[in-house]
Amino acid sequence: MPVFEYAPAPESRAIANLKDHYKPFINGEFVDGSGEPLKTINPATEEVLAEVGTASKSDVDTAVKAARKAFSSWSRLPGTERAKYLFRIARLIQERSRELAVLESLDNGKPIKESRDSDIPTAAAHFFYHAGWADKLDYAGYGPNPKPLGVAGQIIPWNFPLLMLAWKIAPALATGNTVVLKPAETTPLTALVFAEICQQAELPPGVVNILPGAGDIGASIVDHGDIDKIAFTGSTEVGKAIQRQVAGTPKKLTLELGGKAANIVFEDAPLDQAIEGIVNGIFFNQGHVCCAGSRLLVQESIAEEVLEKLRYRVSTLRVGDPLDKNTDVGAINSAEQLAKIQGLVESGDAEGAQRWTSPCPVPDRGFFFAPTVFANVHQSMRIAREEIFGPVLSVLTFRTPDEAVTKANNTPYGLSAGIWTEKGSRILWMANQLRAGVVWANTFNRFDPTAPFGGYQESGFGREGGRTGLEAYLNV
Amino acid sequence: MSDRISVAKTYKLYVGGKFPRSESGRVYPVTDSKGKFLANAAHASRKDVRDAVVAARKAFPGWSAATAYNRGQVLYRVAEVLEGRRDQFIAEVSASEGLAAKKAESLVDAAIDRWVWYAGWTDKIASVLGSANPVAGPYFSFTVPEPTGVVGILAPQASSLLGLVEVLAPVLATGSTAVVVSSAERPLPAITLSEVLATSDVPGGVANILTGHASELGPWLASHGDVNALDPTGAAPDDRPGLAREAANTVKRVLTVPAAEPDWTAAPDLTRLRRYLEAKTVWHPLGV
Repeated sequence: MPVFEYAPAPESRAIANLKDHYKPFINGEFVDGSGEPLKTINPATEEVLAEVGTASKSDVDTAVKAARKAFSSWSRLPGTERAKYLFRIARLIQERSRELAVLESLDNGKPIKESRDSDIPTAAAHFFYHAGWADKLDYAGYGPNPKPLGVAGQIIPWNFPLLMLAWKIAPALATGNTVVLKPAETTPLTALVFAEICQQAELPPGVVNILPGAGDIGASIVDHGDIDKIAFTGSTEVGKAIQRQVAGTPKKLTLELGGKAANIVFEDAPLDQAIEGIVNGIFFNQGHVCCAGSRLLVQESIAEEVLEKLRYRVSTLRVGDPLDKNTDVGAINSAEQLAKIQGLVESGDAEGAQRWTSPCPVPDRGFFFAPTVFANVHQSMRIAREEIFGPVLSVLTFRTPDEAVTKANNTPYGLSAGIWTEKGSRILWMANQLRAGVVWANTFNRFDPTAPFGGYQESGFGREGGRTGLEAYLNV
Repeated sequence: MSDRISVAKTYKLYVGGKFPRSESGRVYPVTDSKGKFLANAAHASRKDVRDAVVAARKAFPGWSAATAYNRGQVLYRVAEVLEGRRDQFIAEVSASEGLAAKKAESLVDAAIDRWVWYAGWTDKIASVLGSANPVAGPYFSFTVPEPTGVVGILAPQASSLLGLVEVLAPVLATGSTAVVVSSAERPLPAITLSEVLATSDVPGGVANILTGHASELGPWLASHGDVNALDPTGAAPDDRPGLAREAANTVKRVLTVPAAEPDWTAAPDLTRLRRYLEAKTVWHPLGV
């Protein structure tokens, strides 16, 4: 079979309008934060991209005060007017989408084709969708005239920096809340460009405040006495700590935490589509996806065939420069995350799983990890139980649908699951049995603002998106 | 004075559809509102909590998979059987809460009506809270509410029957199963409700009722790894933060409850039903 080589097709990084210095956004203005500035790096090259001013505890206080002050007028603004601000933001994101996509890929390491075709358009779609709710909350199913909560403290992860911001800010603003948001320490840049977009949309000062910083700033947001709601997306470990911290306070809490999704392939599945789905399920965004299909459950009768096809397909994935339009798998977001992935992969070796790593070329600078597939995985192994959050797939087998369900549900997590079979009645039966907030059948990793997303059990509580998602920001 | 000595009753727990004594062998005296001895109630222990959670987990697959129509019938049957023992409940609520018969009667009637109200929700909640999602792509996407699992309930301390029904019925209506710690000082209506549940087609283990102290049993429910949600209504306000912190270790859903016991006679709404539901979104491609 001929092997096709691709010429480099890099996107211009000039489009990112990268600045040397970024600042926290408080009360409608970019201000010097009194925290220690951080340097954000390009994980694909390890070069410093920009210096970012961070917030201190006192800046959190200033931002919360600004948000509280803005809340009184923002929450009373007629929904129709609030809606127009959200529509403006949606349009501004669309207009600046290429800039945002390039900046996101630089700062996060994700392939440009994903930031361009998935992250940024979906972020805009969230504002567009929620804009329409702002003046229709009476119809949301929570009774007439539901009230906002007040000031929302929001803490988001580094895997989808702008998209997670949109998931958090769009429903909060639509329902009349004001926000203090902390982007992840390693990926603050697009959030600060979003702050510019708020200025361009002439959003009233204080409605959105963005405070870069590390975990301590997140903790002081969670702790703050004048915040009414905490929304967190991130690891289960930190989520538990936040739930403990909020315990006994009147703060409303929603958590979107980790996952260890089962992607279940039956012998009658459309195999070529399933292989694409498996690849998309685990290698999308370098596997930095809480709902990634990280546990592949294959019916025993086709396990060898699936593994063979899978290894061939995975070996064609191109790992490298995130800004290259042909790149399939970009950079691991940080050295720390790379070390965590390596540690878990070593545990897989030590526990006797059979490792296969794609022979693809990997850049020698930056944080990269070649796509890896473990076969002969048992349920007790760490690679079958713990979230790896990287391009590593664990393959297990099953014989009957009941066994597939039992294995799939054998986890404290419950965020997502996948089913591959041509038999409709089996899909619906399986979808019923799986304890997961999102079930993808004959597809994987689909997201839409109209479709609620969130987890069962230790994958968190609350939903984002759809009518269900509004509840998180309403006093109901 | 009559020659006849009444048959005194020995009160027990309700676990897995059976009426065991507490594993601990302990009992505690129950008095009426004026301090007159009424009975000894079983004093549930940590082991009883664990047995009850095991029973509730075992009952969950069947109860959650029962058709909504069937669950509605069973809940309505509870109301029927309750109605049949209305006089007994009026006497027990009156003695427990120190109320005039007239007032106790209206509370018992409200409790019966509350079962009827929730019975009618079982086959409507999915269409009210679920959705077909108009996603921007060739996919069929829908969202359905599903029961969260095993719910630990610290029942209200003051309202011995109506409050208990209002915390238990929505859990059963949505398809979850429950482990309830009854009011400590007013447990008799809860014990009698156990007998009603046992004879109302409610499968064993779906509702488990323990008599004992929320302060002692609450932490075991809150920290139990196989309990999915916690209703701390009957916990002392000072104990609630600690329970919520324990619950966080397993990311339990913890109900937000008012500091003081609410007026249970107020019209019910969807709030408690919503709290015990997860939303499951299912996607499938469209094509020919």
